[in-house]
Amino acid sequence: MKYKEKLIEISLKFCASITIFTTIGIIAVLLFESISFFREVSIFEFLTDTQWTPLFTEKHFGILALVSGTFLTAAIAIAVALPIGLSIAIYLNMYAPKSFRKTLKPFLEILAAIPTVVYGFFALTIVTPFLQTIYPDLETFNSLSAGVVMGIMIIPFISSLSEDALYAVPKSLKLAAFGMGSTRFQTAFKVMVPAASSGIIVSVILAISRAIGETMIVAIAAGQQPQFTLDPTVPVQTITSYIVQVSSGDAPQGSLEYKTIFAAGLTLFLFTFTLNSISFWIKKKYQEKYE
Amino acid sequence: MNNFRKNKLIDHGFKIMGMLFTFLGILILIILIYNIVRVGYTRINWTFLTSLPSRKPESAGIYTAIIGTLDLMLLTVLFAIPVGVGAGIYLEEYAKKSRLSSLLEINISNLAGVPSIIYGLLGLGIFVRFFNFGGSILSGSLTLSLLILPIIIVATREAIKAVPHSLKEASFALGASKWQTIKDVVLPSSFGGILTGIILSLSRAIGETAPLIVVGAMAYVPFVPQSIFDTFSVLPMQIFNWTTRPQQGFAIAASGAIIVLLLITFIMNGIAVYFRNRWQKKLQ
Repeated sequence: MKYKEKLIEISLKFCASITIFTTIGIIAVLLFESISFFREVSIFEFLTDTQWTPLFTEKHFGILALVSGTFLTAAIAIAVALPIGLSIAIYLNMYAPKSFRKTLKPFLEILAAIPTVVYGFFALTIVTPFLQTIYPDLETFNSLSAGVVMGIMIIPFISSLSEDALYAVPKSLKLAAFGMGSTRFQTAFKVMVPAASSGIIVSVILAISRAIGETMIVAIAAGQQPQFTLDPTVPVQTITSYIVQVSSGDAPQGSLEYKTIFAAGLTLFLFTFTLNSISFWIKKKYQEKYE
Repeated sequence: MNNFRKNKLIDHGFKIMGMLFTFLGILILIILIYNIVRVGYTRINWTFLTSLPSRKPESAGIYTAIIGTLDLMLLTVLFAIPVGVGAGIYLEEYAKKSRLSSLLEINISNLAGVPSIIYGLLGLGIFVRFFNFGGSILSGSLTLSLLILPIIIVATREAIKAVPHSLKEASFALGASKWQTIKDVVLPSSFGGILTGIILSLSRAIGETAPLIVVGAMAYVPFVPQSIFDTFSVLPMQIFNWTTRPQQGFAIAASGAIIVLLLITFIMNGIAVYFRNRWQKKLQ
């Protein structure tokens, strides 16, 4: 009996440790192939060159061209999602009747459940033609449309997490502000948002991390031309869509093209890892505040 | 007085803006679904569901993609559920507050934030190349299992946490061992919550495209996979491929496939919400 209990505990512990092996696996795979990549390409060129053309005869390996595309689309997404998501959170928390809030929140969360390949299709076939009627010079593949649709996708992230943060602020703060004669708007922006700021910042950081790692929307709607540019009307390529492009083709194992996707993946992993760690740290540090 | 009216006006203005934004989100959802259904409904019929993919858009169907999705999900369920639930039980019931358990916790929260395409690279390096499973259903489902593991673990922990302490103590008082208590008391009363998490994680896995492209899912698979070592296609992969083709006919076929994918996703989410509500009522 005692023996069986111990055996079960050990096998459950093994299940939990698979998560550790996953992390080790990710880092090992990325590092292993990247190290062999950096034997052939200097890190200096990788970090400073502004052209990325590993699939051409004249090869350049400047990751900046992919990083700029990645951050351009992510910045557009956040510019759409932050004001809308935060306004929705404040509206649902401060203004909307309770029944309203209960019915609307699940509807908004459907936006987060839609597969990203569907959003990519939506961006390419509906949003881009629509934006072209306003701005005819917009190219078929562009970062504007991809960024806007990505922003729509992450609205529920920001609205849900921010609303949770606002909800966690003690009622007494809100009531005190009302008691001083503040309007709901004043209470929201002078009391509630500052008090919930750590939670709101965490939601925004997680949204940025999500936008940087998003793949299918940019692979379908933003194009496949790595460009070191901030122009939202022209095609760009992100780190993720480059990995998709190479994977869709046939890069033989051990070739330099094969290794580039791991070097690009390592760069992406470092960005999201940093952002996730910052958000985890903020969450831990400010969690105790109201408990 | 002037100031008072100004503040009132701002307050009211923001209320209207917040309402507009909330409805804008829902409006966009309606526009998206409307446009896809309007274009794609013509393709929704039995022939579309049971035809093989084709170079001619009019006769192309999603049979292999549906079978591939089913196979992939079946294997993913087999791998991810025991490991995910097991890990959740360990962290909630066995792990003592130690360096190791806080490391596990940080690690799982970090894994949840790793982009799905990175999991694809992991699968490519480990399952496809190192274990030499190739671009097979097995590699794809192992990759997806690792991807949804954090979601299942977190859901399991939340569900176990919600079980009242008194139930467990009553079980111990009757002389039940730790595992008996978990098996006969904790798991049955947290079942609804765990099930909700599992369904949500599977609905996420069904829509995943990026990691499967990296692992080697094919866009054109003109046969039904016979074993777990065969190449495969899945619904999102088929949609992606049709979306990137220039012919209008493929855009219509893609819309048809999207209708099927969205239906599956929404039904799964609906079931999950139903189970969650029922379980929460039962707990109270």
